[in-house]
Amino acid sequence: MAKRKNWGWYALFVVPLLVIFVTVVIVPFIIGIFYSFFEWDGIRSNPMMPVGIENYIQLFSDSRFLDSAWITIKFTVLAVIAVNVVGLTFALLVTSKLRTANIARTFVFMPYLIGGLLLGYIWKFVFSDVFVMIGEWTGLDTIFFNWLMHPDYALYALVIVFTWQMAGYIMIIYIAGIQSIPGEVIEAAKIDGASLWQRNRRIIFPLLMPSFTISLFLTLSLGFKIYDTNLSLTGGGPANATELFAMNIYNEIFGYANYGYGQAKAVIFFIIIAVISLTQVYITKKREVEMQ
Amino acid sequence: MKRAGKISQEVLLFIVALLFLSPIYIIIVNSFKDRQSLYENVLAFPDSFSLEYYAQAMEKMNFMSALGNSLYITIISVIIIVILSSMTAWMLARNDNILSRIIFMGFIATMLIPFQTIMMPLIQLMNNIMGATGIPMLNSREGLIFMHVGFNSAISVFLYHGFVKSIPISLEEAATIDGASKFGIFWRVIFPILKPITVTVLIINVISIWNDYLLPSLVLRDTALRTIPLSTFYFFGEFTIQWNLAMAGLMLTIIPIVIFYASAQRHIIEGIGEGAVK
Repeated sequence: MAKRKNWGWYALFVVPLLVIFVTVVIVPFIIGIFYSFFEWDGIRSNPMMPVGIENYIQLFSDSRFLDSAWITIKFTVLAVIAVNVVGLTFALLVTSKLRTANIARTFVFMPYLIGGLLLGYIWKFVFSDVFVMIGEWTGLDTIFFNWLMHPDYALYALVIVFTWQMAGYIMIIYIAGIQSIPGEVIEAAKIDGASLWQRNRRIIFPLLMPSFTISLFLTLSLGFKIYDTNLSLTGGGPANATELFAMNIYNEIFGYANYGYGQAKAVIFFIIIAVISLTQVYITKKREVEMQ
Repeated sequence: MKRAGKISQEVLLFIVALLFLSPIYIIIVNSFKDRQSLYENVLAFPDSFSLEYYAQAMEKMNFMSALGNSLYITIISVIIIVILSSMTAWMLARNDNILSRIIFMGFIATMLIPFQTIMMPLIQLMNNIMGATGIPMLNSREGLIFMHVGFNSAISVFLYHGFVKSIPISLEEAATIDGASKFGIFWRVIFPILKPITVTVLIINVISIWNDYLLPSLVLRDTALRTIPLSTFYFFGEFTIQWNLAMAGLMLTIIPIVIFYASAQRHIIEGIGEGAVK
């Protein structure tokens, strides 16, 4: 009797969220895999044609998709480096005992809250108009021109905006890591005459390894998934030069109405993200074991 | 000498931080200028602080309606997420059996799925549900709330689950002996203890739901239902050339975020840090 009553409570507490979760995430994920084996234009009255794994084979000869995959990798590598360098630098500055550190932390974190879509629009004005005007005043028009019109520079612009957005977020992770290093260790090194650079390289950086792992993989998967900023800053242009992976999937499905083929891309996208994240979990767990 | 060095370091850090926010400065000063003075000098201070362009942008973006929609969707979603995910996480953590473990693993595993992988089948499914039952899943704010709850449940259950495990079980046992029901124990004993992690869950969800563009863009069709990111997107689609108006529009959309940040800055930074590291 008591046991039956307990199961009743269990169901009452768990089932409502579980129903929503299964409807919104699990079922669409499964039918998504199913869709990827069909050819369909998304119009309900039109038949879905089973094509087996042809959608997946077609991916390898789709030059727009391969270009998109390549620039996504390029973007992600640049973004991971830039975000972590800027984030770590600010974390080191902000944890030094400067009185302006708190204000700096507040300012640097701010862009993260604004959201990718708005940030893209803010910087669109900076790159397309402010840059051109600065170029005209200073004569430095080899640096200050409209970056968004140039295929390579448009991608660099995206890296800058992404860095601006994420540096504060990553900074928070590094701050937590730095603050967990015992102060005595650093004091002792100071007394022994270690310079700032020596202290960073020999003591702080090695003890920050767990924070590095988290931050690297977090920026890796966030960079790989970028969409909102891509949409508002470049819209994929000029001439598809900055159409990153997520945008390519969206355009394939909703722009070109290739629902089955686009969904096959979406499944590949999932596999890549899953591999990145699982590698992170694996490395973190392995280190935890070694530490014990 | 050493002191002078310290002061210059202070000033340097402050200047770097200010430079970091210089794009925001550009938005602010140009939101008060007319087109001509904007193109004379984008970096200069405006001659006057007229709110003319704010009024125009507000009207063109249908800002008050978008603000209302964003507030409604975010607040209701977050309340439902906090209630349901804390209840679920507590039950799963306190009944450590195979079923609980499978459900919990299910939540965790889906955190790997990017939104683009499920967006199309999700919309198809919602369309089917709508056709079969008549429940307005698409093109309604409540349908969007339903989906936000689904997408944000995994991370929220995960955070609550970890926290519940750190609470000693003896508190609940004492309440059970006193004859309190599970419902009573949860709301009177457990939920108050969960407060720190509730703050984290609240903040993470507010930020992700408030700024979300892609899901609302797929779900909401009517102009009257648009959230702030959606109305910003359509506003820029129509008025890209009138930058002064666009700047005023951007400022309007940033103001609620700044208010939110200013009111709970410490909690936000800590909450985000906690959510990221776990």
